[in-house]
Amino acid sequence: MHAKIMSRSLNLKLLSAIVVFGIWEIAGRIPISYGFPTFFESMVALFSMLIDGTLLQAYMDTLRPLVVGILISAFLGIALGLWIGLSNWFDWLVSPIFIIMQAAPLAALIPLLVMVYGIGLTSKVFVVCIMAMPVIVLNTAGAVRNTPINLKEMAASFLGTDKDIILRVIIPSASPIIFSGLRLGTSAGFIGAILAELKITPTGVGDIITFSRSIADYPSMYAAIFSIILLAVCFLNLLEIIERTLFRGNVRGYVSD
Amino acid sequence: MEIAVSTRNISKTYPGNVEALRDLSLEFPRGQLTSLLGPSGCGKTTLLKIISGLLEPTSGEVEVNGKPVTGPGPDRAFVFQDFALLPWADVLRNVAFGLELRGVPVSEREDIAQQHIKNVGLDGFEKSFPHELSGGMRQRVGLARALAVESEVLLMDEPFSAVDEQTRRKFQEDLLGLVERENKTFIFVTHSIEEAVYVSDQIAILLPRPSRVHEILRPENLRTKGVSDIRRDPEYLDTVDRIWASLRSYVE
Ligand SMILES: Nc1ncnc2c1ncn2[C@@H]1O[C@H](COP(=O)(O)OP(=O)(O)OP(=O)(O)O)[C@@H](O)[C@H]1O
Ligand SMILES: [Mg+2]
Repeated sequence: MHAKIMSRSLNLKLLSAIVVFGIWEIAGRIPISYGFPTFFESMVALFSMLIDGTLLQAYMDTLRPLVVGILISAFLGIALGLWIGLSNWFDWLVSPIFIIMQAAPLAALIPLLVMVYGIGLTSKVFVVCIMAMPVIVLNTAGAVRNTPINLKEMAASFLGTDKDIILRVIIPSASPIIFSGLRLGTSAGFIGAILAELKITPTGVGDIITFSRSIADYPSMYAAIFSIILLAVCFLNLLEIIERTLFRGNVRGYVSD
Repeated sequence: MEIAVSTRNISKTYPGNVEALRDLSLEFPRGQLTSLLGPSGCGKTTLLKIISGLLEPTSGEVEVNGKPVTGPGPDRAFVFQDFALLPWADVLRNVAFGLELRGVPVSEREDIAQQHIKNVGLDGFEKSFPHELSGGMRQRVGLARALAVESEVLLMDEPFSAVDEQTRRKFQEDLLGLVERENKTFIFVTHSIEEAVYVSDQIAILLPRPSRVHEILRPENLRTKGVSDIRRDPEYLDTVDRIWASLRSYVE
């Protein structure tokens, strides 16, 4: 039954991909704009960049701040979120920072980051974190705070310690929302990584985008954008698999009482 | 008659000035079953939570075996009115959860849980998740979980409310057997007058909020009757009538 549901969702994903690519191809052929290549042209550009190694080289540069930033955001974000959700004074102290971070216009912060941390890796990691962390922290904190009281009471009445209650009740109960925060955070992190390359120093995939636009090589530009979206989708699917293996109960639906 | 649990002058006012209990005193004899009977919202769950140590009374004391209660302890187990099952855990893990929290090794606690799953008639559902069970089945999981930890005092908050009438009668008989066989103290909340008279050694009738004990009834000779004769006994019928007479003024 399980495998069937999974394969159906896979089929749906494939179908929607085909529809999107088809529309892209048609839009490119009309063409809706001089600068908009067809799907086919973009794929040709993608493969030629794959074969001559430019893309691989570019991803080596792009992935470093991205992976570092997302790892920091995930671990630190979940830890901070747990703490905020469990402690009122820490919530009072720290939550506003993330709420501001979530609302702040990133483009305005980038010059400030560059001034303090220069144009290297640190600034880029910061951009990824600013994009990815708030939603992870705030989702985690909210989910922890909303753990059903009756489950916490039940665990306490059967002599659960605070540690038991956190590990065996609060975290499993919060895990679906924590994971949805991770998914949103990761997507935002991808945006952050590219944004950093466009606004700080053009390296990696951001460089391909900037450069191919400047020489009007639109197929390559769209190929680069496409590849980053593809990577993000793969990454999100990986997260889903991790969630399914870590918290088997999560996919089984919930009862309210 | 030895007293296992005693509550003295318990008052509980919830935030927002909701006065649930006022100056309630009640003693629970060891090895017997005491029912709490009273209108909805009168504070029965509140009293159980105070005895369990989950809630602190605004004033008054609770003693279990002569020792004041300061928090949950291994001598008490709770059957929750809303079942409180872990939705992400299967029946086996839910039933074994009390033992898990006490650090009992996996294989041992699963053996014990298995036995209790069988006793409540959920054989074959070990691997099911709560959302796959009916309300009555979920309730039995909560019951099995509390029985599995072998506590001296069982706090049962409407433990049979969601099971069907046949199962309910069977559980009532099983409960009588349990009271007789084991020297456990049962504190049993129910809305059913008949159920209270059938299973209880002592029935405490509570008043509407703020609650005190209005009356304590002790059916004397029902215990000596066979489980199937109780419902025909004159004392049973009289007691049911008396309780109804005292409660009806609150519904009229
Ligand atoms: N956490 C709470 N905060 C505020 N008021 C509460 C809280 N819990 C219960 N109450 C109030 O205390 C009163 C007693 O509640 P309690 O749950 O003990 O009733 P009960 O006798 O168990 O009712 P029922 O038979 O319907 O289960 C109710 O009026 C309820 O509104
Ligand atoms: Mg209640």
